[in-house]
Amino acid sequence: MGMAAEAQYHVLAVDDSLLDRKLIERLLKTSSYHVTAVDSGSKALEFLGLLEDHEQNDANAPSVSLNDHHQDAEVNLIITDYCMPGMTGYDLLRKIKESKSLKDIPVVIMSSENIPSRINRCLEEGAEEFFLKPVQLSDVSKLRPHMLKGKDKESQLNIINKRKGMEECHSPDKTRTKYDGLEVV
Amino acid sequence: MQMLQGYLDEQFIQLEELQDDENPNFVEEIVTLFFNDSARLLQNIEQTLVSGPIDFAKLDNYMHQFKGSSSSIGAKRVKNGCTRFKDYYMAGNAEGCIRTFLQVKREHAILRTKLEAYFQLARQAGPSVIPRGQVR
Repeated sequence: MGMAAEAQYHVLAVDDSLLDRKLIERLLKTSSYHVTAVDSGSKALEFLGLLEDHEQNDANAPSVSLNDHHQDAEVNLIITDYCMPGMTGYDLLRKIKESKSLKDIPVVIMSSENIPSRINRCLEEGAEEFFLKPVQLSDVSKLRPHMLKGKDKESQLNIINKRKGMEECHSPDKTRTKYDGLEVV
Repeated sequence: MQMLQGYLDEQFIQLEELQDDENPNFVEEIVTLFFNDSARLLQNIEQTLVSGPIDFAKLDNYMHQFKGSSSSIGAKRVKNGCTRFKDYYMAGNAEGCIRTFLQVKREHAILRTKLEAYFQLARQAGPSVIPRGQVR
C-alpha cells in the first residue's frame, strides 16, 4: 500500500493530552492529511530538527534518508496546543519562527480558553490560525490554503504535488522517490 | 438516545461523525481514553484534597485538564461543573471548590454508567450502529 499514493500533506500535531492527540489525528486523517502526533514542544522540535539535517545534505538528491523511520520528515503545517507543560504552544511558535529553516512552516494554535490577548499574541507572532477547542472538522477545513502557502515557500524541499500537474513532477531536482517508483520505504 | 440527553453536547455528535467503517470503534476508544484519563485525574485531585493543606494551584491545574478532556468528548455537565469550580477557585472560596469538585465527581460517575450502557446497546445492535444525531 502506498506505492503510487497521492502525495499527502503532512501535519505535525502537538498536544500533551492523549485524548486530544487522538482527536486531532482523526480530524486530520479524515481530511486526508498524513499525521505525526507528538506530546510536547521539545519532541516537535526534535522531529523538525531532522529537516535541518536533510537540508545540510545535498538538497537536490533524492530524499533517501539514512534513518528510514524519518523519511517523511517534511512537514507542511504544525498544529499545536497552547497550554502544555514545559514549552507552551506559544514558545514553540516562537522557536519555529526564529528558525531559518523552519520559519516558513505554517503554525496553527489550539486552545481551550478564549482569551483575546492570547489569540492576538499568537497571531502577531506569526500563527496562521487560532482554533478554540474542541477543534471541529470545519476548523480543519480552514487549513488547506495555509498549506499551499507553506509549500510554495519551501522550494528547497523535495515535495511533489500531483495536483499541480505532471510537468513539475518531471523536474529532476524535484524527483521524489515515491513518484517514479524508487520508493524508499 | 434518551438517557444521554442533557449529559452530552454537540461535540459527542462530532465524534460519532468521525467514526466510519475504517474506524468503527472511534467513539468508544475516545470515551475509554477519557475515563482512563479522568479516573487518574480524580485520584490526583482527591489526594490533593486529603493530604494536608490544600494546594489549590495544583487542584486548579488538574481541574483544567479535566475540563479540557470533558469538553473534547462533549461531557456537558462535567465540563460545566469544572467551570463552576474555576469560579470558586478564582474567588478563593475553598468550600465552594470542594463542593463543586464533589458534584463533578458525581456527574462523572453518572456519565460513565450511562455511556457504558450506551455502548453495550450499540454492540448488541451490531457494528457501526451508533445512532447519529440522537444525542441532543
